[in-house]
Amino acid sequence: MHVDLRKPNVIMKLSRLGSFHQSKLSFLRSFLKEFKSWEYKRDLFELNELGHGTAVYSFKKKSRVYSLICYANKLDKDERSDRVIATKWDAAFTLHDGVPSKKDIDRLRNEVPKQEVGRLSCKELTLSRANKSVRVFNHVVESLSSGIQPDKALLAKVGYLYRTTAVYGSGKFGLADRFRIKNRKEIHGPFRLEMMLVYLVRQFTFDQVNHVAKNKNPKKAVNLDSKICRNLGIGNSTGLGMAPFIVNHPTLLNNWIFARESALKKIREIKNIKKKDSDLFKDCLKKSIKNVVSWNTDSEYQLKKIKSLLKDLNIFINFLEKDFDFTKNFAFNEIYLWLAKNCCEECIEYIVSMMMEPYDNIIDPLITEMSSEEEKYFNIPTNRTVSELRFILEDKYSTILNIDFTKKENNQNFWFISKNKEEPRLANRFIENGSELEQPLAIARDIKKLYDILSLSKNSLTIDKFLIENSELRHVVRRAFIVEKFPYSEIQDNTIAKSIVPIDMLRLKLSFFGALKFDPRSDKWLRICMFQGAPLPDQLNDYDDHWVYNSLN
Amino acid sequence: MKSLSEIETVSKRSSRAAGFSWGVAEEVGKNIRILEMFGISGIKNLNYYFRVKAKTKFEKLNLISNENKIRKIEFCPIYAGISFLDQVRSLENFSEIKFEKIAYPLLFLPFVSRASEIIGKKLQLKIDNRIFLLNHNISLYSNSLENGVVEIGNNILIKFQENEDSFEENEWKEIYKLSENTFVDENDSLKEGGAGAGLTDND
Repeated sequence: MHVDLRKPNVIMKLSRLGSFHQSKLSFLRSFLKEFKSWEYKRDLFELNELGHGTAVYSFKKKSRVYSLICYANKLDKDERSDRVIATKWDAAFTLHDGVPSKKDIDRLRNEVPKQEVGRLSCKELTLSRANKSVRVFNHVVESLSSGIQPDKALLAKVGYLYRTTAVYGSGKFGLADRFRIKNRKEIHGPFRLEMMLVYLVRQFTFDQVNHVAKNKNPKKAVNLDSKICRNLGIGNSTGLGMAPFIVNHPTLLNNWIFARESALKKIREIKNIKKKDSDLFKDCLKKSIKNVVSWNTDSEYQLKKIKSLLKDLNIFINFLEKDFDFTKNFAFNEIYLWLAKNCCEECIEYIVSMMMEPYDNIIDPLITEMSSEEEKYFNIPTNRTVSELRFILEDKYSTILNIDFTKKENNQNFWFISKNKEEPRLANRFIENGSELEQPLAIARDIKKLYDILSLSKNSLTIDKFLIENSELRHVVRRAFIVEKFPYSEIQDNTIAKSIVPIDMLRLKLSFFGALKFDPRSDKWLRICMFQGAPLPDQLNDYDDHWVYNSLN
Repeated sequence: MKSLSEIETVSKRSSRAAGFSWGVAEEVGKNIRILEMFGISGIKNLNYYFRVKAKTKFEKLNLISNENKIRKIEFCPIYAGISFLDQVRSLENFSEIKFEKIAYPLLFLPFVSRASEIIGKKLQLKIDNRIFLLNHNISLYSNSLENGVVEIGNNILIKFQENEDSFEENEWKEIYKLSENTFVDENDSLKEGGAGAGLTDND
């Protein structure tokens, strides 16, 4: 049986993208899989009794070494902020390519804690910083130094000891450009080195809390139980900085979504589902409910989504147990069609992720296809004609062409880069200043403008001639030709509408990272947790690939 | 040292700030990255160009022909470059194209380099006495390694290099003959058993 890929004008709507969940395709899971056979080591741990100092952790295989260098510093209470405008953090990190010399560590000590205003070199690959969850960290220190394990309920509620507030890579602030390392086989999945940094930071947080507790009460202190460690991840606060990324990297976005859609299509096309596979699917599904029930947020928006997810999951499990026969042909296709008819977007995407669990043979080859050589698609095929371009727009942007941008609510916001920290922001163009410096992220509006002008142009006119008079639309002409080849490269929504929920854009990206427990703090930023339940470095040799659903929380 | 990613981003943003459309600014960002990667002063030339552009309205060359002459002021290297890049497929029929006076011509160079990749031919770019051989946007060969600002190119010539061998047939034969020394002489037995296909492969 042939199943079609799901249609981009359905899947690429923001409400759908904002309902995506982690899956086997997620970068943190594929990172663990790739690096499980690497040698992990703590190379240096020089912290004072308060936990301030330097530490180095590494992954090594043959002659290749990646080293995380950690700088933990004293931070006054009033200096601690997760906001991008902060200038100091509890700890700062960089992933160094190779074994850092003493000279490297000293050089980086002056730069890494400064983050955006520091300078890195092409020997460094990623950069990050993190703040403690002071409440949890102090509680753990108090407990361990008294010889007891901390309150699991409190830990479960927060989920981490530290949260990162930014993770940078790919040439930012002098870091190595991607072209220098892109041919390394072990990083053939997107964001693999960013995932490595976060994973090693997680281990640092455990070592640091143990060290501080031990120094506080050397005779009585105990180490944090490894099962508790395993159920702690690393938090992350994410603001709008991530949103433009998915607009600015169209072919990369396509490759992520295309991998997910191809996986679903292939699973729906399986005629006979083996019992072990359907059992695994059901087992993961049931265990995963714990992650939904323990999903804490104060956000009304997210609470509503969780409520409908839970409701639909219960209905689905009921359907699965009472009415469904996995021995019938194309069972996963039946399930998908049932979901599409009966469940909310959150639930549909949740189950789609779950369907991938039994199928390494389908997922693993797709993981290697999720990076992109964007340069290859940059040049505009200027020998094409106006009529061809117009056809592309009608075919690929049909929903967008129906938006009326003369209405204020469809043209309300503008994206800009703030002078402070050069971070992307969103503002109301009718209230705030600066819309004349708008970033080229209003793709829907500009595509509509392009379409209107194309409609008045001669069909046979070639694009090179068209662009002479329409240079201001060059950026969207380029995009249209990209979307022709890459159907999932464009968000099929208006990113400047009054109704836009920017965290949907963040959620899309974070779900591919493998984040859990999205906790929106407003419509523009959210907190998440990564690696909660993941094996610790010394457990990597032998771990359950479905660890995401085996959390004790 | 600045990364190429930083160079591209800042070049793009500054081009937008200097008055180019976002689409053109994207092209400039890519180009300055290419120049710096090739070891040519992209940032320096762009900076000088922007300084002068603020005071001088360079001529915009929209349609490229085989001979492009200015009316009054030098051609803008960005618009001339964009036009060349966009129109290169229809320009191949000319064996060479001449331009009179392009301001900051090194900023024009990466457009020609990218055009070479698009049409799959090497292009020779001559800027007065500087010669650059642009090889499918993979590399360039030049007689000029001065790394500075070039304010004007008075006579610019682009030659389309046909895809042909750079050696004579007898030179090929000579080297081919030497390569044959890695082959094994075939006897009847090897003929029968050495190949993959059987004797009845046409049944």
